[in-house]
Amino acid sequence: MDADVIIIGAGVVGAALAYGIARKGHKVLVLDGKDRDLRAARANFGLVWVQGKGSGTPAYTDLTVQSSDLWPTFRQELAEAAGSRVDYSRRGGLAFCLSEADYKARAALIDRTHNQRTEGYTEMLERPALERMLPAVTLGNEVVGASYCKLDGHTNPLQLYAALLGAVSALGGQVRFRSPVTSINPVPDGFQVDTPQGNIRARRVIVAAGLATPGLTDPLGLVVPLYAERGQILVTERLAPMLPLPASGLRQTAEGTVMIGATNEKAFDTGVTMQSAIKLARRAQRIIPALGSVRLVRQWSGLRVLSPDKAPIYAESTRHAGLFAAVCHSGVTLAAAHAAIVGPAMAEGRLPQNLAAFSNGRFNVQKCA
Amino acid sequence: MFRSVLEGSAAAPDMMVVVNGVETPAWNGETVASVLLRVPNAGRISPVSGKPRLPYCQMGVCFDCLAVVDGIASTQGCLVPVKPGMRIDIQRGPREIAR
Amino acid sequence: MTYDVLIVGAGPAGMSAAVQLSRDGLAVAVVDEQPAPGGQIWRGVERNMSGPVSRALGADYRKGLALVEAFRASKAEYMPETQVWQIEEGWSVFLTSGGRARRVSARIVLLATGAQERPVPFPGWTLPGVMTVGAAQILLKSGGMLPEGRVWIAGAGPLPLLYATQALDLGGRLAGYLDTAGRPGLAVLQKLPGAWRDLAGLAKGAGWLRALRRKVDIVRDVKDLRAEGEGRLEHIEWSRHGKRQRVEADVLLVHEGVVPRIHETLALGCAHDWRAGQGYFAPRLGRWGEASRSGLFVAGDAGGIGGWSAAMVSGEIAALGIAARLGKGGDVEERRRQARLDDRRARALALRPLLDALYPPLRERLPDETIVCRCEEVTAGTIRAVTRTSVPDPNAVKAATRCGMGPCQGRQCGYTVQALLAEVHGVPVGSVAFFNIRPPLKPITLAEIASLEDMETAG
Ligand SMILES: Cc1cc2nc3c(=O)[nH]c(=O)nc-3n(C[C@H](O)[C@H](O)[C@H](O)COP(=O)(O)OP(=O)(O)OC[C@H]3O[C@@H](n4cnc5c(N)ncnc54)[C@H](O)[C@@H]3O)c2cc1C
Ligand SMILES: Cc1cc2nc3c(=O)[nH]c(=O)nc-3n(C[C@H](O)[C@H](O)[C@H](O)COP(=O)(O)OP(=O)(O)OC[C@H]3O[C@@H](n4cnc5c(N)ncnc54)[C@H](O)[C@@H]3O)c2cc1C
Ligand code: FES
Repeated sequence: MDADVIIIGAGVVGAALAYGIARKGHKVLVLDGKDRDLRAARANFGLVWVQGKGSGTPAYTDLTVQSSDLWPTFRQELAEAAGSRVDYSRRGGLAFCLSEADYKARAALIDRTHNQRTEGYTEMLERPALERMLPAVTLGNEVVGASYCKLDGHTNPLQLYAALLGAVSALGGQVRFRSPVTSINPVPDGFQVDTPQGNIRARRVIVAAGLATPGLTDPLGLVVPLYAERGQILVTERLAPMLPLPASGLRQTAEGTVMIGATNEKAFDTGVTMQSAIKLARRAQRIIPALGSVRLVRQWSGLRVLSPDKAPIYAESTRHAGLFAAVCHSGVTLAAAHAAIVGPAMAEGRLPQNLAAFSNGRFNVQKCA
Repeated sequence: MFRSVLEGSAAAPDMMVVVNGVETPAWNGETVASVLLRVPNAGRISPVSGKPRLPYCQMGVCFDCLAVVDGIASTQGCLVPVKPGMRIDIQRGPREIAR
Repeated sequence: MTYDVLIVGAGPAGMSAAVQLSRDGLAVAVVDEQPAPGGQIWRGVERNMSGPVSRALGADYRKGLALVEAFRASKAEYMPETQVWQIEEGWSVFLTSGGRARRVSARIVLLATGAQERPVPFPGWTLPGVMTVGAAQILLKSGGMLPEGRVWIAGAGPLPLLYATQALDLGGRLAGYLDTAGRPGLAVLQKLPGAWRDLAGLAKGAGWLRALRRKVDIVRDVKDLRAEGEGRLEHIEWSRHGKRQRVEADVLLVHEGVVPRIHETLALGCAHDWRAGQGYFAPRLGRWGEASRSGLFVAGDAGGIGGWSAAMVSGEIAALGIAARLGKGGDVEERRRQARLDDRRARALALRPLLDALYPPLRERLPDETIVCRCEEVTAGTIRAVTRTSVPDPNAVKAATRCGMGPCQGRQCGYTVQALLAEVHGVPVGSVAFFNIRPPLKPITLAEIASLEDMETAG
């Protein structure tokens, strides 16, 4: 055996799982794909986000809250292990409402997610309260208020990603890029994974290849239903600090740039369109009119990795014990839970009861397949 | 750091521009970036390190000539010809946007 | 507004294409970010025809006036001080001028965006007082500006010599000239046949180099250049034959050749080839200058460095190809033969290899403390460190370090990152890609973008 665990896909999900597994002392090998693969890990918005998550899927709400609570310690340990910086702050987060109707709909959504839990952590703020929270900006006339969740935070997702990869190596794990896996084959005592550079064996295999996951797991009967959704993002030049806390769709980074996004589009390539840039720029200006004078430096897009109910899939093959799939949207938010809970559980070969709700069985995949 | 070959000749400057509030002579054909090179300490301050910078390429590809020109911030000074009375203000560090 | 052809760049290539396309009855618009036509070589030529600067700029420079006049007289619509910040297939071209954005449509787009100087990082190159020779020449052409104080030039090839000659003619002073080319070095220039000596602005008889030497101290075989100072340039340092030298300096002008502007074609996902002899990427072009995306043409230095006369010819060739595509222009193959365009281009390019030899791509090891990315201030050491544990993919370096994420979009660091990755991984430079280029091509305000939708509904 070349490793205890092979992880296929060094995105933010695969890297977080690998970090958690390496911390437990297992020998982990991460294989990543080609330079031009889809990489949501390099395209995302950087929110560590709780509010609004998992309405209709209480287990997802719980896992999100749990991960958000783990994040401060996770971040500190990770930065130490990697010896690199991971900007993170948790001062709560906002979702702006640009009309009365918007405000009411938001309040209703928050109620629904809260009804699933005992403790409330998101509140609705009317405009005056919001203005007190954001003293450095003048809000646009249309801003009625916002929902505010004290658990929300944000990070620099690229620093997070680099630190995860660095920490895996520092803890004795291995990351191999440009090693696209062509197939996974069950062998006695484990699996053989084929790549153009040769075959590798391990007792357990976790497929965390984002949208490429089904192509690898479906042939083995581990059916993972996924769909892609494009999100386009704008980023501006550096500004002096003005937004002390992030909002969904608008956040100022530690460097001072402002990120605006992301759209939700049915598209399967990572192209960008002027139409979306116009839409995003208009919305940002409606929230903070002074942003109109700020220069856009870059526009890009990424594909979200979504299951039919938008919650993660953590599943083990029923036919081939030891073969797992781990795919989700919000891999940044969930990174702490992936490192602390999901990764170690998969490495040890058993998913605990409290993750059962994330099995692929919930989609009745036999029929899908 | 630079001077016009016309400077010092009998000819008066073609126009005056206002650099950080100070009236400054300027010549037809020159750009905002060229003015920045003649006025001491007129360079921008990098928003990353806080170090001073001056125009480097004069052809639009380095962005070290960014300045506030007639109120418009982060303007590439090397692409903007001077005009009489033009207001040129230095950009220091990350931009503050108006409240 | 829909044009038949939208041309980006009013240099030799763009202007000659525009003149011919409008003669063929096509609706042409020419966009250029500069205030007047001429491109890099003939910058400000109309204004500079009188006055002291004109004589010093040389005969090649004055030659530009004829084309500029033909361009002005043509029916082509000229939009100066206008930047192209995004091009979408179809073709929609997004422009900004005077703080206002707008969109124009065209059936064909011709990129005649020219060249930029090859970025030359070395320790201290971000200090005020350090700039490129091209920049100094632009200052000379556009306002008659000369550098003051102790002025040093460091670099290779004809442009620094041309500039030195021009500046001295106008009464400027140079403290010294550092030749970084090594072999074949300056001496090759003396062997250039007439036309190219003229290009180098040195048609002053065989004694030009001696004449220059009389006025300026020329130091050969200069290596490991370094600029130092508190808040501005104060000293420069270099090695020669293993010995360090240090002098006081107020202005340092550097130049190591020019490379095509490829951001537009990269952003559009066109195929590019690595030209190892020249050390740059150039878009892959067909016989008429068409890029790998249909309806997108490239002419002039943007398609590969060829100089102004080759640029003019390639503009004419592209114009014929475009006219044919739009059902105009008659028998373009015959016109191509009649005008002897291929011969003329071959002649213009004949000496390119010799000239390329004058710009041996810099292959000195960059000290770790050298800033590579001017915008985000990322050093060579940081880039080496992250790529050691990764793959030679500039996009991975960009994600890990912010190198290339600033407003210049990698225009200043792209080739250096490529070279560093090749060095660390021990692979050929050409096997490493350039950054992915994303819109906008030039930073644009959110208000300008937001205003576009209104325009769309209006018409
Ligand atoms: C626009 C956008 C905004 C987002 N914003 C947020 C946010 O604010 N907060 C948040 O928590 N999440 C956010 N996300 C989601 C987050 O980025 C994703 O959850 C996460 O990146 C998905 O990670 P991944 O590792 O599964 O996939 P990816 O990052 O796509 O990685 C998949 C990896 O698998 C590799 N691979 C593919 N095939 C193979 C193969 N055959 N062999 C080996 N390797 C292979 C690829 O090379 C790639 O590196 C956002 C996503 C998008 C698109
Ligand atoms: C700094 C510099 C100085 C030079 N000096 C000399 C010299 O003295 N003698 C000599 O023989 N050769 C010189 N050259 C080489 C010479 O420029 C070229 O050989 C020749 O000009 C190429 O012509 P062109 O039409 O291809 O491009 P250019 O003449 O470069 O014209 C391109 C035009 O496109 C415009 N442009 C580019 N991008 C955009 C955009 N996004 N939006 C709007 N407009 C845009 C530019 O403003 C420019 O006017 C110099 C090159 C450089 C870079
Ligand atoms: S001086 Fe380089 S962009 Fe203006």
